[in-house]
Amino acid sequence: MADFVLPRNSKVKNGKVWPEPEDTSNTRTFKVYRWSPDENENPSIDTYTVDMNSCGPMVLDALIKIKNEIDPTLTFRRSCREGVCGSCAMNIDGCNTLACTSFNSEVKGDIKIYPLPHQPVVKDLVPDMTHFFAQYREVEPWLKADSQPPERERLQSIEDREKLDGLYECILCACCSTSCPSYWWSADRYLGPAVLLQAYRWLADSRDEATGDRLDKLEDPFRLYRCHTIMNCTKTCPKSLNPAKAIAEIKKMMLERQI
Amino acid sequence: MNLRSPLGKARGLGTAKSGTNHWWVQRLTAIGLIPLSIWFIIEILLAVGNDYNEAKEFISQPFTAILLILFIVLTFHHAQLGLQVVVEDYVKRKSFEIGLLIVIKGAAILLSLTALFAVLSIAFGGA
Repeated sequence: MADFVLPRNSKVKNGKVWPEPEDTSNTRTFKVYRWSPDENENPSIDTYTVDMNSCGPMVLDALIKIKNEIDPTLTFRRSCREGVCGSCAMNIDGCNTLACTSFNSEVKGDIKIYPLPHQPVVKDLVPDMTHFFAQYREVEPWLKADSQPPERERLQSIEDREKLDGLYECILCACCSTSCPSYWWSADRYLGPAVLLQAYRWLADSRDEATGDRLDKLEDPFRLYRCHTIMNCTKTCPKSLNPAKAIAEIKKMMLERQI
Repeated sequence: MNLRSPLGKARGLGTAKSGTNHWWVQRLTAIGLIPLSIWFIIEILLAVGNDYNEAKEFISQPFTAILLILFIVLTFHHAQLGLQVVVEDYVKRKSFEIGLLIVIKGAAILLSLTALFAVLSIAFGGA
């Protein structure tokens, strides 16, 4: 069966409560998932109290402050701090999103931070994205054309270019794929919303000449049709994109070429 | 220990070259079942309190018999397609999955044939 219950060595325990800052009443409590491959322990939730008078507004600011000032062993990915790199995708207050574009003030009560759900954890908030990116590689996300290349750029009408809006903005943070129950149960074969949106980005590109081959590679009960329009992907996308619609468009193309 | 490359794992056994038909037929049967289910429920409610002969007379009308046959075929076909998806989603042990799928398809065929036999028997005056 699909795994509905965590295995015994993944059950999350209460972790360390770190000392509170002195001389301030303006604090927030962060409950952060911790797990290290170096220690033979179950994952745990550490509690950090952060002085908000000297902390930036974003969840990522708080995580960096914790790492700098309270606990240097806390591990997470981050890079651009402005929502274009997708590194700091994590589960904040029960929703997959980017730590760098999430305001602390928008979370009520304790701010709970977990890694992206249902992925192997490398350490703390860092999930193993190897399979996700292998699946991305599998849809061959680059322009494929057999025609003689033009001397200058490949032209595209304004209308055709507009078809890529809402697709090209995807930063591959994997918030959507890891929020999808179908992807949780069948990630070995289902490509998931992020990769399917990327696949559609090339299916919708007027300059691409491999549309049929691309559809052939998706014509499968698992690769594409595990999508049951649950719509978690669209709800959670930190870039406000609509992977569910992209998947529906792929299904329409599949149907169009067969009836 | 699995030393297969990540791309090899992602490619797996390749595509089954099918899936669109299953998805499309599931939607078509769903749409067809909307008016048929409403008709069926209304007729059942209207038939409350009828005796056996009245029910027999109702079912043996050609219009009723044909709609009932359509309702039965669509219902079991749709149910079978839907249950197949549930099993594929949640049952991960291959042998168990294949066994369940065969049982579901077999049960759908057996139950729909039984229902069709009953309708046809009444329609052609056998019962």
